[in-house]
Amino acid sequence: MKKYIYILGIATILNIGCSSDTEFLDREPTQLLTEDQVFSNESLALSVLADLYNRYYDFGTVENWASLSDFNVSFWSENGRYGSFENNGYGYGDWGTWDYGYIREINLFLKRLDASTVLGDATKTRLLAEARFLRASYYFEIVKRMGGVPLVLEPEEYDFSGDASYLQHPRETEAAIYDFVIAEAEAIKDMLPADANTKSRASKGAALAMEARAALYAGSIAKYGVTTPLVTLPGDEVGIPVSKANAYYTIALQAAEDIITGEAGAYALYTKKPELEDNFASIFYDKSNNPEAIFVEDYKLQSGKVHGFSISNQPRFGAEEEEGGRINPSLNLVQSFETLDGNYEPLPNVDNLGNPIYYNNIGDVFAGRDARLAGTVILPGSSFKGKPVDIWAGYELADGTIVSGDSRGQQKTLPGAASATQVVGFDGPINGLEFTAQTGFYIRKYMDPKAGSGQRGVQSDVWFIRYRYAEVLLNAAEAAFELNQPDKAAGYMNEVRVRAGITTPLVAGDITFDRIAHERYVELAFEGLYFYDLKRWRLAHVVLNGVPISESEITQNIGVATKIHTQPYGFWPYKIYDPGNANDGKYVYKVVRPTRVTGADRFQLGNYYSAIGQDIINNNPKIVKNPNQ
Amino acid sequence: MDLKNRIMKAKYYIIFLGLMGLLVSCEIDNFDEPQSFLTGSVMYSGTPIQVGVNEVGFELWQPGFGKSGALGVPLNDDGSFSSRLFDGNYKLVFVGGQGPFRTNVINAQQLDTIFVDLNGDTSINIEVTPYFTFASSQITLSGNTINATCNLNKIISDATVERVTLYINKTQFVSNNNDFNIAQSNSADVSNITSISASVDIPEFSTTQNYIFARIGVKIAGVEDLLFSPTEKITF
Repeated sequence: MKKYIYILGIATILNIGCSSDTEFLDREPTQLLTEDQVFSNESLALSVLADLYNRYYDFGTVENWASLSDFNVSFWSENGRYGSFENNGYGYGDWGTWDYGYIREINLFLKRLDASTVLGDATKTRLLAEARFLRASYYFEIVKRMGGVPLVLEPEEYDFSGDASYLQHPRETEAAIYDFVIAEAEAIKDMLPADANTKSRASKGAALAMEARAALYAGSIAKYGVTTPLVTLPGDEVGIPVSKANAYYTIALQAAEDIITGEAGAYALYTKKPELEDNFASIFYDKSNNPEAIFVEDYKLQSGKVHGFSISNQPRFGAEEEEGGRINPSLNLVQSFETLDGNYEPLPNVDNLGNPIYYNNIGDVFAGRDARLAGTVILPGSSFKGKPVDIWAGYELADGTIVSGDSRGQQKTLPGAASATQVVGFDGPINGLEFTAQTGFYIRKYMDPKAGSGQRGVQSDVWFIRYRYAEVLLNAAEAAFELNQPDKAAGYMNEVRVRAGITTPLVAGDITFDRIAHERYVELAFEGLYFYDLKRWRLAHVVLNGVPISESEITQNIGVATKIHTQPYGFWPYKIYDPGNANDGKYVYKVVRPTRVTGADRFQLGNYYSAIGQDIINNNPKIVKNPNQ
Repeated sequence: MDLKNRIMKAKYYIIFLGLMGLLVSCEIDNFDEPQSFLTGSVMYSGTPIQVGVNEVGFELWQPGFGKSGALGVPLNDDGSFSSRLFDGNYKLVFVGGQGPFRTNVINAQQLDTIFVDLNGDTSINIEVTPYFTFASSQITLSGNTINATCNLNKIISDATVERVTLYINKTQFVSNNNDFNIAQSNSADVSNITSISASVDIPEFSTTQNYIFARIGVKIAGVEDLLFSPTEKITF
C-alpha cells in the first residue's frame, strides 16, 4: 500500500514540475534592468543620462584643485607639488583625452531612447537633446585639447570578420568639429527648457553658452593661428583657415546676445549683496535663485557627491582639519586687478624713489582695488568664515634685518625685548612650509563659507559653474571687438566692470585686445578657462617662454597680454620693529619669488595640441600625429 | 618506498624541470641585442650645428614590420647623434619645424627623407641648411662677469633674429631647457647680427667649483629651437 502512495506522490511531483518548467525558469532578472525596462520608464532613462552627466569632462574642476590653478596664476603650497615649479615644461601628452567609450555610450543612449515607443514625446525630446548636448560638450572638449578627431555619431559594432578597417575613421578637420558643436547647439536649443532655474541639466541657456564659447574659440584659432604657422597640419586637422574667422565671431556674438536678450530665460549678473567683494565671492557658492549660473556641476551634502576643495585650500590657521592653504594666488594675478578708477598699477609697496611705503593696517596696500580682487583672493588682513587670517612674514628691524620663524606662529625674542613674541603669522608665509600662504595669499573663489566645509567627514557642496552669465558677456564683448564693433564691446565689458566697482566706464576707443584679454584674466581666474584662452590666442608659447621673470620685470607691463607668466611671485607683508620710531608696528611689503620656484615654464609649439597615443595610431593608422611632436 | 626516497625523487624532478625551463626559455624568448651603431652629426658645410640638449631629434622609420612607430633619435648639444640599432633599411626624417635649420630636399621623389641602409656600424652626416651660423663667438670672463660676443652669418635670407641669450650653467649641459642654468641674460640689441654682445654676472650658487659653462643661444623669429654656440668652460 505504501508503495502506491510513493508512486502516486512521485507521479504528481513530476507532473506538476514538468508542466510549469518553462515558466519557472523564464524569469525577469531581479538584479539588472533590461533595455526595454530602462527606456520605457522616464526616471530610469534619466538615471542612465545622469551617469552620462556625471562623466562630463572638465579641464578645471573643484574636484581637482590643481586643475583650476595651473600656469602660475598661483603657487601650490604642498610638498608633493613643488616639482611643478622646479621643472621647465610640459609633456606632449599632457591634457590629452580620447574617451570614445563615453561617446559610444552616449550614441547607444541616443539610439535606444530614439527607438522607445513608450515614453512620451516631450520627455523623449528633452532627454535626446540633453544627450546630444553632452556629446557636443565632449567633442568641444576633445577638439580644444587634440584638434580635429574622428566624428563618430552612431554606436558602431564590430562584425568579427577579422577586418576592422571599416571602423577606422580619419581625423576630421578642426573646423569640422567646431562646426559640429555649433550645429548641434543650434539644433537642440529649442528642444531644451528655456529656464534659468535649470542649472545642473542642460538648458537652452547652456546650449547657447556652449555655442558662443565654441564659436569664439574657433574664430580666434582662425584669426590668431596665422601667428604660429607651425601649429597646423596640411589636412587642417589642426588649424582653421583665417578666412573663417569672421563667420565664427558672428555666430559667437549672435549666440551670446540670444542669452543677453533673455531668449533663453532670465539670466543676469549676480548682484544680491551690497558688499561688492562678498557679492563676487557669493556667485560661486550661493545656490538659491542665482541668476548668473547657466550650467553647473552640482553637489549635495550627505549624498556622497561632495568635494574637498575647501579642505584643500582653507586658511591653515584655525582650519577645521590639519591641512589647507594649497592654492596660493600669485602676485602676477593679484596685481593685475585694476584700481577702482580703472588703472593698471603695481601694488604700491615702494614710492617713486624706491623707498618703502609704511601702512598702518596690514590690508591697506590693497585698498581701492577692483572688488573682484578680494572676492577671488583671501588677502592679508581679511578673514574667512569670520576668522581673520594671520599672514605676515616677520619683523623688519631698524637696520633692515629680518626676524622671522620657520614654523607657523613661531616665537622669538626681539632685540631689546624682555620676552619672546610671535615673529611670523600662523598662516606664514614661510618659504617651503606646505599649507602656509607662500605667496602671501590664499584663494577665496569656490571656497565654501559653511561650517563643516573644511572637515573631511562633511566636505563641501559648492557647485562648479561651467558657464556663467559674466563669461557670456565677455564672450560677446570679444566677438564684438573682433567684428570691429568696439562700442558694443565696451558696453558688455562695462556691465561686468560696474559690478566689480570700477567707476570709470570704458569707451569704444579703450577696447583693445589687451583689454579683452585682461578682463577675462581677472574675471575668470580659477575657472579653468585661462589655459584655453592662452592656447586659442596662440599666446601660450609667448607668455610661457621658459625665461625666468626678474624682480624688476614682475611689476611692469601689467595688463599687457604678452607679459611673461613663467613663474609665480609672492608679496609678503613685514611688520616694522623699531620702538620709538613713528613707523614702529606699521607694515611694509616686499616682492618675493618663493624659493621653491626654480624653473620657468616653457610651453612648446608641440604642446598646443596634445599628443595622440601611439596605441591609438597603431589601432587606426589613418590618424595623423599632431604637429611639432 | 620510504618517505625519504620519495622526497629525494621529488627534488630531482624539480631540479630537472627547472633546468628544462631555463634551457627552453633561453632558446625561444631571447633575441640578439641590436649590434650596429648609427652615428654622425647634423652639419652645414662641414661644421656641426650646435643645438639645445634633448631639444632636437629625428625619427627613424623601418617599414615592413606591421604596426609602424618611429624610433626617436635625439641630437646631442654638439649636433652629433648615436643610436644602436638592428641592421636594416631605415627612413630618416625630421619632424616638421624641428631644429634651427631647414632640411634639404634630396630629390623630387624622396623629398627630404634620407634612406639609411644599416649594415654594421655606419656613420652618416646629415646636411641641412641653418637659418644662421656662428661666424665667430667669444665668451670671456672679466671679474665676476661673463661677456659674450658673436658674429652671425645669415644663411636663409628671410630669417630674423628675435633674441640672443647668454646662458651659464654649473654643468656642461647648457641649454634653454635646463633646470641648472644659474643665470641668463638677453642681448640688448640684436639689430646688427655681425656684432651681438651680452653679459651676465655670475650669481652665488650652491656647489663649490671654480668653473662654469657658458653658451650663446640665438632665437630665430618663428622657429622654436635655438641655435647655440659651442659650449665653453670658463675657469675662475
